[in-house]
Amino acid sequence: MSVRVQTEDFEAGAEIAALRRGDPKIGAVAAFIGLVRDVNEGSAVRSMTLEHYPGMTERALEGIVAAAKGRFRIQHALVIHRVGELQPTDQIVLVVTAGSHRGDAFAACEFIMDYLKTRAPLWKKEQTGEGARWVEAREADDQAAARWCPDRAE
Amino acid sequence: MSVKLLYFASLREQVGSSGESLELPSGVASVAGLREHLVARGGVWQAALAGNRALRVAVNQDLAIASTAIKEGDEVAFFPPVTGG
Repeated sequence: MSVRVQTEDFEAGAEIAALRRGDPKIGAVAAFIGLVRDVNEGSAVRSMTLEHYPGMTERALEGIVAAAKGRFRIQHALVIHRVGELQPTDQIVLVVTAGSHRGDAFAACEFIMDYLKTRAPLWKKEQTGEGARWVEAREADDQAAARWCPDRAE
Repeated sequence: MSVKLLYFASLREQVGSSGESLELPSGVASVAGLREHLVARGGVWQAALAGNRALRVAVNQDLAIASTAIKEGDEVAFFPPVTGG
């Protein structure tokens, strides 16, 4: 299963070992871990709640992984995204890509994250000293995703 | 025709509902038409779904655009731009 949406934490080392186990063609593994920061937009963040769209979130992530596999020479990819209440320093998301060479592994990992941040139905709500607030989508994230399809850039 | 509607995140809080089953009048057959139909409820619906609000829509769990057709039994979800990762 290349995509998991779960409340439980994950252990990156174990996930990487499982992803590449027994595959001697793998020469490169790239991994990204996203974490909860204790400050955002100038406010202290006490906790964060991640909401998702059960069914569609998994489907969207599987589509992004399939697109990455079609575009880059990678043999394996894994996405784990946590939902529910998280605290500063908690892990939010893990993306792992594995292939023969580092170039495609790095690129596929970044591609998956850029698309995840703009296409997968997940929403963050922060509890701050000034109350609760929904995190606003960032233009920079749209730009990051758009650079993978230059023909559609402005 | 009847459709299942879902609302998520800040939009869910604004309209005070996570979803509903809705019987649509004949003539409402696209995402844009459905959005107008909901805006016509007025009040929080108008405020949350008005055309100047950046919203995403999914039909049967695939991202959709304003012209996407809606059919009997479809699941249509409205939500704000996503912020995961």
